[in-house]
Amino acid sequence: MNTLAAVWDWLTTGANWSGENGVWHRLLQHLVLTVSCLVISALIALPVALTLGHLGRGGALAVNLANVGRAVPTFAVLVLLLLTPVGRHGQWPTVIALVLFAVPPLLTNAYVGMRDVDRDVVRAARGMGMTGMQLVWRVEVPLAFPLVLTGVRIAAVQLVATATLAALVGGGGLGRIITAGFSLASTPQVVAGAVLVAVFALLMEAGFELVERYAPGGWARGRGR
Amino acid sequence: MTAPPPDDCLARNEWICGDYLSTRRQILLDAVLQHLQLTVVSVALGLLVAVPLALLARRWRWTVGPVLGVTTVLYTIPSLAMFSLLLPVYGLSATLVVVGLALYSLTLLVRNLLAGLNGVPAEARDAARGMGYGPLRQLLTVELPLAVPAAMAGLRIATVSAVALTTVGAIVGYGGLGNLIYAGMNSFFKAQVLTASVLCVLIAIVFDLLLLGAERLLTPWRRAGRTARGRRSRWRGRAAAGRTQPVAAASGRRT
Repeated sequence: MNTLAAVWDWLTTGANWSGENGVWHRLLQHLVLTVSCLVISALIALPVALTLGHLGRGGALAVNLANVGRAVPTFAVLVLLLLTPVGRHGQWPTVIALVLFAVPPLLTNAYVGMRDVDRDVVRAARGMGMTGMQLVWRVEVPLAFPLVLTGVRIAAVQLVATATLAALVGGGGLGRIITAGFSLASTPQVVAGAVLVAVFALLMEAGFELVERYAPGGWARGRGR
Repeated sequence: MTAPPPDDCLARNEWICGDYLSTRRQILLDAVLQHLQLTVVSVALGLLVAVPLALLARRWRWTVGPVLGVTTVLYTIPSLAMFSLLLPVYGLSATLVVVGLALYSLTLLVRNLLAGLNGVPAEARDAARGMGYGPLRQLLTVELPLAVPAAMAGLRIATVSAVALTTVGAIVGYGGLGNLIYAGMNSFFKAQVLTASVLCVLIAIVFDLLLLGAERLLTPWRRAGRTARGRRSRWRGRAAAGRTQPVAAASGRRT
Protein backbone atom coordinates (compact mmCIF):
# COMPACT_ATOMS: atom_id res chain seq x y z
CA MET A 1 0.00 0.00 0.00
CA ASN A 2 2.92 2.23 0.81
CA THR A 3 4.25 1.97 -2.72
CA LEU A 4 0.87 2.75 -4.22
CA ALA A 5 0.63 5.92 -2.16
CA ALA A 6 4.14 6.92 -3.21
CA VAL A 7 3.30 6.26 -6.87
CA TRP A 8 0.16 8.36 -6.54
CA ASP A 9 2.24 11.09 -4.91
CA TRP A 10 4.68 11.03 -7.81
CA LEU A 11 1.91 11.19 -10.39
CA THR A 12 0.13 14.07 -8.67
CA THR A 13 3.26 16.18 -8.15
CA GLY A 14 3.09 19.00 -10.68
CA ALA A 15 6.87 19.31 -10.91
CA ASN A 16 7.11 15.81 -12.38
CA TRP A 17 4.93 16.80 -15.31
CA SER A 18 6.69 19.95 -16.50
CA GLY A 19 10.09 20.64 -18.01
CA GLU A 20 12.52 18.76 -20.20
CA ASN A 21 12.21 15.49 -18.25
CA GLY A 22 8.55 16.02 -17.37
CA VAL A 23 5.74 13.69 -18.30
CA TRP A 24 4.18 16.03 -20.89
CA HIS A 25 7.41 16.43 -22.81
CA ARG A 26 8.13 12.67 -22.72
CA LEU A 27 4.57 11.89 -23.75
CA LEU A 28 4.84 14.23 -26.72
CA GLN A 29 8.17 12.64 -27.73
CA HIS A 30 6.63 9.19 -27.46
CA LEU A 31 3.62 10.19 -29.54
CA VAL A 32 5.68 11.91 -32.25
CA LEU A 33 8.08 8.97 -32.44
CA THR A 34 5.25 6.43 -32.64
CA VAL A 35 3.17 8.27 -35.22
CA SER A 36 6.04 9.28 -37.51
CA CYS A 37 7.50 5.77 -37.49
CA LEU A 38 4.04 4.32 -38.15
CA VAL A 39 3.72 6.54 -41.21
CA ILE A 40 7.21 5.62 -42.48
CA SER A 41 6.59 1.90 -41.91
CA ALA A 42 3.22 2.03 -43.64
CA LEU A 43 4.75 3.84 -46.61
CA ILE A 44 7.33 1.08 -46.89
CA ALA A 45 5.24 -1.98 -46.09
CA LEU A 46 1.82 -1.35 -47.63
CA PRO A 47 2.86 -0.74 -51.27
CA VAL A 48 5.01 -3.88 -51.15
CA ALA A 49 2.26 -5.95 -49.51
CA LEU A 50 -0.47 -4.74 -51.87
CA THR A 51 1.70 -5.40 -54.92
CA LEU A 52 2.78 -8.85 -53.75
CA GLY A 53 -0.78 -9.67 -52.66
CA HIS A 54 -2.22 -8.58 -55.99
CA LEU A 55 0.35 -10.58 -57.96
CA GLY A 56 0.13 -13.50 -55.54
CA ARG A 57 3.91 -13.70 -55.20
CA GLY A 58 6.32 -13.67 -52.30
CA GLY A 59 3.90 -15.31 -49.92
CA ALA A 60 6.64 -17.17 -48.07
CA LEU A 61 8.48 -13.91 -47.47
CA ALA A 62 5.43 -11.97 -46.34
CA VAL A 63 4.12 -14.67 -44.01
CA ASN A 64 7.46 -15.69 -42.49
CA LEU A 65 8.89 -12.23 -41.99
CA ALA A 66 6.91 -11.73 -38.78
CA ASN A 67 7.93 -15.14 -37.43
CA VAL A 68 11.61 -14.68 -38.19
CA GLY A 69 11.59 -11.20 -36.68
CA ARG A 70 10.26 -12.58 -33.41
CA ALA A 71 13.56 -14.34 -32.71
CA VAL A 72 15.55 -11.10 -32.90
CA PRO A 73 15.60 -9.22 -29.58
CA THR A 74 14.56 -5.58 -30.00
CA PHE A 75 16.99 -4.52 -27.32
CA ALA A 76 19.88 -6.16 -29.19
CA VAL A 77 18.94 -4.39 -32.44
CA LEU A 78 18.72 -1.03 -30.66
CA VAL A 79 22.16 -1.46 -29.12
CA LEU A 80 23.71 -2.80 -32.34
CA LEU A 81 22.41 0.23 -34.25
CA LEU A 82 23.67 2.54 -31.53
CA LEU A 83 27.21 1.15 -31.94
CA THR A 84 27.20 1.51 -35.74
CA PRO A 85 28.02 4.86 -37.35
CA VAL A 86 24.25 5.48 -37.49
CA GLY A 87 24.32 5.74 -33.69
CA ARG A 88 26.04 9.11 -33.79
CA HIS A 89 23.03 10.74 -35.41
CA GLY A 90 20.65 11.37 -32.52
CA GLN A 91 17.31 9.63 -32.92
CA TRP A 92 18.19 7.63 -36.03
CA PRO A 93 19.03 4.29 -34.36
CA THR A 94 15.69 4.44 -32.57
CA VAL A 95 13.75 5.36 -35.70
CA ILE A 96 15.37 2.61 -37.77
CA ALA A 97 14.76 -0.03 -35.08
CA LEU A 98 11.15 1.06 -34.69
CA VAL A 99 10.51 0.90 -38.43
CA LEU A 100 12.24 -2.48 -38.70
CA PHE A 101 9.90 -3.99 -36.14
CA ALA A 102 6.73 -2.28 -37.38
CA VAL A 103 7.10 -3.40 -41.00
CA PRO A 104 6.52 -7.19 -40.53
CA PRO A 105 3.00 -7.02 -38.98
CA LEU A 106 1.93 -4.44 -41.57
CA LEU A 107 3.33 -6.51 -44.42
CA THR A 108 2.02 -9.86 -43.23
CA ASN A 109 -1.52 -8.72 -42.48
CA ALA A 110 -1.94 -6.66 -45.63
CA TYR A 111 -0.61 -9.53 -47.75
CA VAL A 112 -2.87 -12.12 -46.10
CA GLY A 113 -5.78 -9.69 -46.47
CA MET A 114 -5.16 -9.34 -50.20
CA ARG A 115 -4.78 -13.09 -50.71
CA ASP A 116 -7.90 -13.80 -48.68
CA VAL A 117 -10.11 -11.90 -51.08
CA ASP A 118 -12.57 -14.38 -52.55
CA ARG A 119 -11.12 -15.61 -55.87
CA ASP A 120 -14.61 -15.70 -57.37
CA VAL A 121 -15.00 -11.99 -56.70
CA VAL A 122 -11.64 -11.32 -58.37
CA ARG A 123 -12.62 -13.42 -61.39
CA ALA A 124 -15.96 -11.63 -61.64
CA ALA A 125 -14.21 -8.25 -61.55
CA ARG A 126 -11.85 -9.36 -64.29
CA GLY A 127 -14.78 -10.66 -66.31
CA MET A 128 -16.39 -7.22 -66.04
CA GLY A 129 -13.30 -5.87 -67.79
CA MET A 130 -11.57 -4.22 -64.84
CA THR A 131 -7.92 -3.39 -65.33
CA GLY A 132 -5.30 -4.44 -62.79
CA MET A 133 -5.35 -1.06 -61.05
CA GLN A 134 -9.14 -0.96 -60.92
CA LEU A 135 -9.16 -4.45 -59.49
CA VAL A 136 -6.69 -3.43 -56.75
CA TRP A 137 -8.38 -0.19 -55.72
CA ARG A 138 -12.06 -1.04 -56.19
CA VAL A 139 -12.14 -4.70 -55.17
CA GLU A 140 -9.09 -6.05 -53.43
CA VAL A 141 -8.11 -3.15 -51.17
CA PRO A 142 -11.65 -2.50 -49.88
CA LEU A 143 -12.09 -6.19 -49.10
CA ALA A 144 -8.63 -6.47 -47.54
CA PHE A 145 -9.14 -3.30 -45.52
CA PRO A 146 -10.10 -4.89 -42.19
CA LEU A 147 -6.94 -6.99 -42.10
CA VAL A 148 -4.80 -4.06 -43.25
CA LEU A 149 -6.22 -2.11 -40.32
CA THR A 150 -5.47 -5.00 -37.95
CA GLY A 151 -1.88 -4.84 -39.16
CA VAL A 152 -1.77 -1.10 -38.49
CA ARG A 153 -3.10 -1.63 -34.96
CA ILE A 154 -0.54 -4.33 -34.18
CA ALA A 155 2.22 -2.17 -35.63
CA ALA A 156 1.11 0.85 -33.59
CA VAL A 157 1.06 -1.06 -30.30
CA GLN A 158 4.39 -2.59 -31.27
CA LEU A 159 5.81 0.88 -31.88
CA VAL A 160 4.68 2.13 -28.48
CA ALA A 161 6.49 -0.81 -26.88
CA THR A 162 9.67 -0.41 -28.93
CA ALA A 163 9.75 3.33 -28.31
CA THR A 164 9.65 2.56 -24.57
CA LEU A 165 12.63 0.26 -24.90
CA ALA A 166 14.50 2.92 -26.88
CA ALA A 167 14.94 4.76 -23.58
CA LEU A 168 17.54 2.12 -22.65
CA VAL A 169 19.77 3.33 -25.48
CA GLY A 170 19.14 7.01 -24.80
CA GLY A 171 16.10 7.59 -26.98
CA GLY A 172 13.35 9.91 -25.82
CA GLY A 173 9.88 8.97 -24.73
CA LEU A 174 8.02 7.76 -21.66
CA GLY A 175 10.54 4.97 -21.13
CA ARG A 176 12.99 7.63 -19.95
CA ILE A 177 10.88 8.15 -16.84
CA ILE A 178 11.35 4.45 -16.03
CA THR A 179 15.09 4.37 -16.74
CA ALA A 180 15.61 7.59 -14.78
CA GLY A 181 13.67 5.99 -11.92
CA PHE A 182 15.99 2.98 -12.01
CA SER A 183 19.12 5.12 -11.91
CA LEU A 184 17.66 7.15 -9.02
CA ALA A 185 16.68 3.85 -7.33
CA SER A 186 13.21 5.39 -6.98
CA THR A 187 10.64 2.62 -7.09
CA PRO A 188 7.70 5.08 -7.10
CA GLN A 189 9.05 6.81 -10.22
CA VAL A 190 9.70 3.46 -11.95
CA VAL A 191 6.17 2.28 -11.25
CA ALA A 192 4.63 5.65 -12.17
CA GLY A 193 6.49 5.59 -15.49
CA ALA A 194 5.35 2.03 -16.11
CA VAL A 195 1.74 2.98 -15.38
CA LEU A 196 1.97 5.85 -17.87
CA VAL A 197 3.47 3.58 -20.54
CA ALA A 198 0.87 0.86 -19.95
CA VAL A 199 -2.00 3.34 -20.10
CA PHE A 200 -0.57 4.84 -23.30
CA ALA A 201 -0.29 1.41 -24.93
CA LEU A 202 -3.77 0.36 -23.83
CA LEU A 203 -5.29 3.63 -25.11
CA MET A 204 -3.58 3.06 -28.45
CA GLU A 205 -4.99 -0.47 -28.62
CA ALA A 206 -8.47 0.67 -27.55
CA GLY A 207 -8.44 3.55 -30.06
CA PHE A 208 -7.71 1.22 -32.95
CA GLU A 209 -10.27 -1.26 -31.65
CA LEU A 210 -12.88 1.52 -31.98
CA VAL A 211 -11.64 2.52 -35.44
CA GLU A 212 -11.80 -1.10 -36.58
CA ARG A 213 -15.31 -1.45 -35.28
CA TYR A 214 -16.70 1.70 -36.88
CA ALA A 215 -14.46 2.01 -39.93
CA PRO A 216 -15.99 1.78 -43.40
CA GLY A 217 -15.89 -1.87 -44.30
CA GLY A 218 -16.56 -2.81 -40.72
CA TRP A 219 -19.17 -5.19 -42.08
CA ALA A 220 -16.31 -7.37 -43.23
CA ARG A 221 -15.61 -8.29 -39.62
CA GLY A 222 -18.53 -10.62 -39.98
CA ARG A 223 -16.28 -12.85 -42.06
CA GLY A 224 -14.75 -13.95 -38.81
CA ARG A 225 -11.24 -12.80 -38.22
CA MET B 1 57.36 3.65 -20.61
CA THR B 2 54.57 1.16 -20.46
CA ALA B 3 54.33 -1.44 -23.16
CA PRO B 4 52.10 -0.42 -26.08
CA PRO B 5 48.65 -2.02 -25.92
CA PRO B 6 48.42 -5.26 -27.88
CA ASP B 7 47.12 -4.75 -31.38
CA ASP B 8 44.45 -7.44 -31.46
CA CYS B 9 40.80 -7.34 -32.43
CA LEU B 10 39.80 -6.59 -28.82
CA ALA B 11 41.95 -3.47 -28.75
CA ARG B 12 40.68 -2.38 -32.16
CA ASN B 13 37.10 -2.96 -30.91
CA GLU B 14 36.06 -4.99 -33.95
CA TRP B 15 32.57 -6.43 -34.35
CA ILE B 16 33.76 -9.98 -34.96
CA CYS B 17 36.51 -11.08 -32.63
CA GLY B 18 37.81 -14.60 -32.03
CA ASP B 19 39.84 -13.47 -29.04
CA TYR B 20 36.64 -12.34 -27.37
CA LEU B 21 35.21 -15.84 -27.61
CA SER B 22 38.33 -17.44 -26.17
CA THR B 23 39.00 -14.96 -23.37
CA ARG B 24 35.40 -14.55 -22.17
CA ARG B 25 34.26 -18.12 -22.53
CA GLN B 26 33.19 -18.41 -18.89
CA ILE B 27 31.22 -15.14 -18.92
CA LEU B 28 29.41 -16.17 -22.10
CA LEU B 29 28.64 -19.61 -20.73
CA ASP B 30 27.22 -18.18 -17.51
CA ALA B 31 25.09 -15.70 -19.45
CA VAL B 32 23.76 -18.41 -21.78
CA LEU B 33 22.91 -20.62 -18.80
CA GLN B 34 21.07 -17.79 -17.06
CA HIS B 35 19.26 -17.00 -20.29
CA LEU B 36 18.16 -20.62 -20.73
CA GLN B 37 17.06 -20.87 -17.10
CA LEU B 38 14.98 -17.69 -17.20
CA THR B 39 13.34 -18.67 -20.49
CA VAL B 40 12.56 -22.28 -19.65
CA VAL B 41 11.28 -21.57 -16.14
CA SER B 42 9.06 -18.71 -17.30
CA VAL B 43 7.51 -20.61 -20.23
CA ALA B 44 6.99 -23.68 -18.02
CA LEU B 45 5.30 -21.49 -15.41
CA GLY B 46 3.13 -19.92 -18.11
CA LEU B 47 2.15 -23.36 -19.38
CA LEU B 48 1.37 -24.56 -15.86
CA VAL B 49 -1.14 -21.73 -15.42
CA ALA B 50 -2.41 -21.66 -19.01
CA VAL B 51 -3.64 -25.28 -19.20
CA PRO B 52 -6.05 -25.11 -16.23
CA LEU B 53 -7.14 -21.64 -17.33
CA ALA B 54 -7.97 -22.84 -20.84
CA LEU B 55 -9.81 -25.88 -19.47
CA LEU B 56 -11.73 -23.62 -17.08
CA ALA B 57 -12.73 -21.32 -19.93
CA ARG B 58 -13.74 -24.37 -21.93
CA ARG B 59 -15.87 -25.79 -19.09
CA TRP B 60 -17.63 -22.54 -18.16
CA ARG B 61 -18.17 -20.59 -21.35
CA TRP B 62 -18.87 -17.28 -19.62
CA THR B 63 -15.27 -17.15 -18.40
CA VAL B 64 -13.93 -17.00 -21.97
CA GLY B 65 -14.56 -13.26 -22.32
CA PRO B 66 -12.84 -12.21 -19.08
CA VAL B 67 -9.91 -14.62 -19.59
CA LEU B 68 -9.24 -13.40 -23.13
CA GLY B 69 -9.78 -9.78 -22.10
CA VAL B 70 -7.29 -9.90 -19.24
CA THR B 71 -4.68 -11.72 -21.31
CA THR B 72 -5.07 -9.19 -24.15
CA VAL B 73 -4.51 -6.33 -21.72
CA LEU B 74 -1.43 -8.06 -20.30
CA TYR B 75 -0.05 -8.64 -23.78
CA THR B 76 -0.48 -4.98 -24.71
CA ILE B 77 1.77 -3.76 -21.87
CA PRO B 78 5.36 -3.21 -23.08
CA SER B 79 7.96 -5.42 -21.42
CA LEU B 80 9.90 -2.59 -19.79
CA ALA B 81 6.67 -1.39 -18.17
CA MET B 82 5.70 -4.94 -17.17
CA PHE B 83 8.99 -5.54 -15.37
CA SER B 84 8.73 -2.10 -13.76
CA LEU B 85 5.20 -2.75 -12.53
CA LEU B 86 6.41 -5.93 -10.82
CA LEU B 87 9.31 -4.12 -9.14
CA PRO B 88 7.49 -3.28 -5.87
CA VAL B 89 6.42 -6.93 -5.53
CA TYR B 90 9.60 -8.80 -6.38
CA GLY B 91 12.40 -6.21 -6.15
CA LEU B 92 15.53 -6.57 -8.26
CA SER B 93 15.35 -10.34 -8.63
CA ALA B 94 15.27 -13.13 -11.18
CA THR B 95 11.73 -13.88 -10.00
CA LEU B 96 10.60 -10.53 -11.39
CA VAL B 97 11.86 -11.42 -14.86
CA VAL B 98 10.41 -14.94 -14.69
CA VAL B 99 6.97 -13.72 -13.62
CA GLY B 100 6.92 -10.98 -16.27
CA LEU B 101 7.86 -13.39 -19.03
CA ALA B 102 5.43 -16.02 -17.73
CA LEU B 103 2.58 -13.50 -18.01
CA TYR B 104 3.36 -12.99 -21.71
CA SER B 105 3.67 -16.73 -22.37
CA LEU B 106 0.40 -17.26 -20.55
CA THR B 107 -1.44 -15.02 -23.00
CA LEU B 108 -0.17 -16.78 -26.10
CA LEU B 109 -0.69 -20.23 -24.62
CA VAL B 110 -4.24 -19.68 -23.34
CA ARG B 111 -5.37 -18.27 -26.69
CA ASN B 112 -3.85 -21.05 -28.72
CA LEU B 113 -5.04 -23.78 -26.34
CA LEU B 114 -8.57 -22.41 -26.56
CA ALA B 115 -8.35 -22.17 -30.33
CA GLY B 116 -7.10 -25.75 -30.45
CA LEU B 117 -9.83 -27.08 -28.17
CA ASN B 118 -12.49 -25.18 -30.09
CA GLY B 119 -11.11 -26.59 -33.32
CA VAL B 120 -11.78 -30.20 -32.30
CA PRO B 121 -14.37 -31.47 -34.80
CA ALA B 122 -17.78 -32.09 -33.28
CA GLU B 123 -17.82 -35.52 -35.00
CA ALA B 124 -14.72 -36.59 -33.08
CA ARG B 125 -16.36 -35.60 -29.82
CA ASP B 126 -19.63 -37.30 -30.71
CA ALA B 127 -17.80 -40.45 -31.73
CA ALA B 128 -15.92 -40.51 -28.41
CA ARG B 129 -19.16 -40.08 -26.50
CA GLY B 130 -20.79 -42.78 -28.61
CA MET B 131 -17.97 -45.15 -27.71
CA GLY B 132 -18.80 -44.56 -24.07
CA TYR B 133 -15.90 -42.26 -23.16
CA GLY B 134 -16.41 -40.26 -19.98
CA PRO B 135 -15.65 -36.52 -19.96
CA LEU B 136 -12.13 -36.96 -18.54
CA ARG B 137 -11.14 -39.74 -20.91
CA GLN B 138 -12.59 -37.79 -23.82
CA LEU B 139 -10.54 -34.75 -22.82
CA LEU B 140 -7.29 -36.65 -22.33
CA THR B 141 -7.44 -39.06 -25.25
CA VAL B 142 -9.40 -37.13 -27.89
CA GLU B 143 -9.62 -33.41 -27.34
CA LEU B 144 -6.16 -32.60 -25.97
CA PRO B 145 -4.27 -34.61 -28.64
CA LEU B 146 -6.29 -32.91 -31.38
CA ALA B 147 -5.51 -29.52 -29.81
CA VAL B 148 -1.77 -30.24 -29.81
CA PRO B 149 -0.93 -28.56 -33.16
CA ALA B 150 -2.51 -25.25 -32.18
CA ALA B 151 -1.12 -25.45 -28.66
CA MET B 152 2.37 -26.21 -29.97
CA ALA B 153 2.15 -23.25 -32.35
CA GLY B 154 1.44 -21.10 -29.31
CA LEU B 155 4.23 -22.71 -27.31
CA ARG B 156 6.75 -22.08 -30.10
CA ILE B 157 5.79 -18.42 -30.40
CA ALA B 158 5.81 -18.03 -26.61
CA THR B 159 9.25 -19.63 -26.28
CA VAL B 160 10.86 -17.69 -29.11
CA SER B 161 9.37 -14.45 -27.76
CA ALA B 162 10.56 -15.28 -24.24
CA VAL B 163 14.13 -15.83 -25.47
CA ALA B 164 14.11 -12.40 -27.11
CA LEU B 165 12.37 -10.67 -24.19
CA THR B 166 14.70 -12.06 -21.54
CA THR B 167 17.29 -9.53 -22.73
CA VAL B 168 15.13 -6.71 -21.34
CA GLY B 169 15.61 -8.27 -17.89
CA ALA B 170 19.03 -6.59 -17.98
CA ILE B 171 17.29 -3.53 -16.54
CA VAL B 172 17.08 -5.39 -13.18
CA GLY B 173 20.36 -7.27 -13.70
CA TYR B 174 18.81 -10.61 -14.67
CA GLY B 175 18.75 -10.61 -18.45
CA GLY B 176 21.04 -13.52 -19.34
CA LEU B 177 22.75 -12.46 -22.55
CA GLY B 178 20.93 -9.14 -22.21
CA ASN B 179 23.29 -8.31 -19.33
CA LEU B 180 26.23 -8.63 -21.72
CA ILE B 181 24.46 -6.47 -24.31
CA TYR B 182 23.69 -3.86 -21.66
CA ALA B 183 27.27 -3.82 -20.37
CA GLY B 184 28.59 -3.80 -23.94
CA MET B 185 26.44 -0.80 -24.75
CA ASN B 186 27.82 1.21 -21.83
CA SER B 187 31.43 0.42 -22.74
CA PHE B 188 30.91 0.47 -26.55
CA PHE B 189 32.22 -3.11 -26.68
CA LYS B 190 31.15 -4.14 -30.18
CA ALA B 191 32.30 -7.77 -30.09
CA GLN B 192 30.39 -8.43 -26.87
CA VAL B 193 27.14 -6.89 -28.15
CA LEU B 194 27.25 -8.74 -31.47
CA THR B 195 28.24 -12.09 -29.94
CA ALA B 196 25.52 -11.93 -27.30
CA SER B 197 22.90 -10.88 -29.87
CA VAL B 198 23.80 -13.70 -32.25
CA LEU B 199 23.71 -16.21 -29.38
CA CYS B 200 20.21 -14.96 -28.49
CA VAL B 201 18.95 -15.60 -32.00
CA LEU B 202 20.66 -19.01 -32.08
CA ILE B 203 19.01 -20.03 -28.79
CA ALA B 204 15.62 -18.98 -30.17
CA ILE B 205 16.14 -20.98 -33.36
CA VAL B 206 17.31 -24.08 -31.46
CA PHE B 207 14.26 -23.94 -29.16
CA ASP B 208 11.96 -23.48 -32.15
CA LEU B 209 13.42 -26.49 -33.95
CA LEU B 210 13.28 -28.64 -30.78
CA LEU B 211 9.62 -27.78 -30.28
CA LEU B 212 8.90 -28.43 -33.95
CA GLY B 213 10.45 -31.88 -33.52
CA ALA B 214 8.41 -32.48 -30.39
CA GLU B 215 5.26 -31.48 -32.25
CA ARG B 216 5.98 -34.00 -35.01
CA LEU B 217 6.55 -36.72 -32.43
CA LEU B 218 3.33 -35.85 -30.63
CA THR B 219 1.20 -35.81 -33.79
CA PRO B 220 2.25 -38.84 -35.87
CA TRP B 221 -1.11 -38.84 -37.69
CA ARG B 222 -0.34 -35.53 -39.37
CA ARG B 223 2.87 -36.75 -40.96
CA ALA B 224 1.09 -39.23 -43.22
CA GLY B 225 -0.92 -36.58 -45.03
CA ARG B 226 1.83 -34.01 -45.25
CA THR B 227 3.80 -35.41 -48.15
CA ALA B 228 0.76 -36.37 -50.15
CA ARG B 229 -1.01 -33.04 -49.99
CA GLY B 230 1.99 -31.02 -51.01
CA ARG B 231 3.02 -27.46 -50.56
CA ARG B 232 0.12 -25.47 -51.88
CA SER B 233 -2.54 -26.78 -49.55
CA ARG B 234 -0.22 -26.37 -46.62
CA TRP B 235 0.01 -22.70 -47.34
CA ARG B 236 -3.67 -22.36 -47.49
CA GLY B 237 -3.99 -24.16 -44.18
CA ARG B 238 -1.57 -21.80 -42.57
CA ALA B 239 -3.25 -18.67 -43.86
CA ALA B 240 -6.59 -19.92 -42.59
CA ALA B 241 -5.07 -20.71 -39.21
CA GLY B 242 -3.84 -17.15 -39.05
CA ARG B 243 -7.35 -15.89 -39.39
CA THR B 244 -9.03 -18.06 -36.80
CA GLN B 245 -6.34 -17.57 -34.17
CA PRO B 246 -5.09 -14.02 -34.49
CA VAL B 247 -2.23 -14.63 -32.08
CA ALA B 248 -0.52 -17.28 -34.16
CA ALA B 249 0.32 -15.61 -37.43
CA ALA B 250 -1.19 -12.19 -37.52
CA SER B 251 -0.43 -10.89 -34.08
CA GLY B 252 2.62 -8.89 -33.24
CA ARG B 253 5.61 -9.70 -31.17
CA ARG B 254 5.94 -8.31 -27.72
CA THR B 255 8.74 -5.87 -27.04
